[in-house]
Amino acid sequence: MEKETVICTCGHENPFGTKLCEKCGNPLTEEEKNTKVVDMRYDGKAIRSKTYNKSFVDKVWNFFSSVKVGITLIVILLLAASIGTFLPQEMYVNAGSPIADKGAYYESVYGFFGKIYYMLGLTDLYSSWWFQILVGMLGISIIVASIDRGIPLHKSLKNQRVKRHASFMKRQRVIASGEVADGETTLNDIEKQLKAQKFKVRRDGTALLAEKNRISRYGPYINHVGLIIFLVGVSLRVVPGFYVDESMMVKEGEMVEVPGMPGYYFKNEKFILETHDNNGQLSGEQEKQGVNVVAKNFQTNAKLYKQPEGAVSGDTSELELVKEAEIRVNHPLQYDGYSIYQMDYRLGDLSGMTFKLMNKATEESYGELTIDLTNPSKMYDLGNGSSVEILTYLPDYDGFKDGQPVTKSPNPNNPAFIFMMKTPETPEGETSFVEIKNTIEPLGENQNMMKFVAPQTSNASGLTINKNSTLPILSVGGIIFLLGVAIGSYWNHRRIWVQITDNQLLLATHTNKNWHGMKRELDKLSEHVALPAYEDQLALTDSEDEEEGDQ
Amino acid sequence: MDKKKKRLVMRTVILAVLVIGIAYTIYAAATQDKTKTLQVGDDAPDFVLTDLEGNKHKLSDYKGQGVFLNFWGTWCPPCEKEMPYMNSQYEVYKDQGIEMLAVNIAQSEFEVQTFVDRYGLGFPVVIDTTKSVRNAYSVRQLPATILVSPEGKVTEITTGELTEQRIGEMLESIKPN
Repeated sequence: MEKETVICTCGHENPFGTKLCEKCGNPLTEEEKNTKVVDMRYDGKAIRSKTYNKSFVDKVWNFFSSVKVGITLIVILLLAASIGTFLPQEMYVNAGSPIADKGAYYESVYGFFGKIYYMLGLTDLYSSWWFQILVGMLGISIIVASIDRGIPLHKSLKNQRVKRHASFMKRQRVIASGEVADGETTLNDIEKQLKAQKFKVRRDGTALLAEKNRISRYGPYINHVGLIIFLVGVSLRVVPGFYVDESMMVKEGEMVEVPGMPGYYFKNEKFILETHDNNGQLSGEQEKQGVNVVAKNFQTNAKLYKQPEGAVSGDTSELELVKEAEIRVNHPLQYDGYSIYQMDYRLGDLSGMTFKLMNKATEESYGELTIDLTNPSKMYDLGNGSSVEILTYLPDYDGFKDGQPVTKSPNPNNPAFIFMMKTPETPEGETSFVEIKNTIEPLGENQNMMKFVAPQTSNASGLTINKNSTLPILSVGGIIFLLGVAIGSYWNHRRIWVQITDNQLLLATHTNKNWHGMKRELDKLSEHVALPAYEDQLALTDSEDEEEGDQ
Repeated sequence: MDKKKKRLVMRTVILAVLVIGIAYTIYAAATQDKTKTLQVGDDAPDFVLTDLEGNKHKLSDYKGQGVFLNFWGTWCPPCEKEMPYMNSQYEVYKDQGIEMLAVNIAQSEFEVQTFVDRYGLGFPVVIDTTKSVRNAYSVRQLPATILVSPEGKVTEITTGELTEQRIGEMLESIKPN
């Protein structure tokens, strides 16, 4: 038979490693027998991991159960997390940076240090496998350590006996002993008074146990539960569907599918930027900051459409308008858990150009036409036998390449056209290459020209799409965490044991923190019941006293 | 069950649950980009787009045929360069159960029509006005070519310019038996 149990003088069998008998509190180890005040941290219960260390699972369990290991993990995590703040993380360096290669970017901006930092993978530290393993290990440590300590403590608090061994009581910190006039009456008086002091009182013959705020002992464990829920919430981010963070730039009048929100289409009706009217006078604050114009409102009038269930990509024939919104600062478009915020805008993009077809010599006009640069027509009939045909349209003209005019982007930043102009006088037509501020007549001198009259402009809104279904879990975790902290900090578990044999009183007290409070309880009790003076066996100075405490 | 055995089982179960949870998190985080983007072997996302003649092309209607999807824009020189190659290979393979679709990214009909006329393209050219098909196929860079097998699976994803020979090989690979 292995050394499984320790049998107390009262006859109770305690698990191996128990310091104080579960039943009567009699010290069981030599160490406890020799101390003046017993260790009440887990009410003398055996910490499970410290007693069994046999199989592989037990060894792993005991590793994570260790508070030393937990603290070491916290320190390593703190150090690692702080290293990640040396340089901006990859996700925060400008995606539109001219240097596409992230490694080259870090080297060019931060030099050799940046290169090393990137090569070590520290630029994406928080999503690295080793960082996540560390966080996971801390999670295991918190859970295992809590189970290992919380469950025995809970059992011991639940199964408390009223009558305790005299040597247990004598080894409590604040005790009182002496003779009282009438044992039975005194005990009744004590019970009555302690009940008035909101203690829960139990009697067992000549013994009495008064207890309050036991929940304080559970504070750290509640706190750990909150922490674990919080960690679970954070890790749910990587599960598809829980977390979306995308962005898009949408021109006025344009409709696009919303990235990260499959099946939804977003139309930008209008972007509005309003500024405060200065009334010809700058305010003091404006002058101080050197700004002329102060924005009053950024607004995107938007419509959100949804495809019917089962519709495939690109099928916009049966879109249903699900939400119409004016997106402003702090007023995102919200739908189905998604929020669409404004992040950026672009004003005055060229969207249309108005031209006049006219005779170069007489400046006589054949009519005007407006070209929608996002959707130009092929033919513009000006009436009276005049027309303009677009042969080629280059939204972002970038010179000629192999004899062909080329565009460098689909955006109308620098539009150029090849027009075929026909008038009753020139029925054969004349070809003209028109770009901003320049006209070429590639096929010889023309009679007519396209004169630029006016531009049309439009704005664009930069938007981000956010969804974070982990937020409710994070707040529940956070609230439980704080609740645990409050319960552990602002409640004190206080116990008073009293035994009177032959008018001989023995009183012992225990609290997990704040001995001043405990003594005040005794002072109040003494005001109503005649008791021998109590004695603090550790008699610490006041300042030390406040710091004293255990779980 | 004896108390010690019960404790061992409990400990094993708790540790196993925790380790599996953490392993899944790390795995999911590491493969996050992969699950978000289209991969070879995935089912090709279905779509419907309209070509310049007004005909609707639905990918799932081409089941049983190999589909060569090419994402392009008129501003992209390599796109422009491979178009004639695609056209001549299309002539070779169009009667062998191959469908070729050029998906333009949100340009105007006029620009696309001018381009098609200039090169005399014979295969259908559709316009992805809302960029939804581009999103579904996670195309970031043009030109992008995606091969869809007769069974509707993605068999290849290539970005960048293609030679005529390469296009021929690609079409050969998705030819139905």
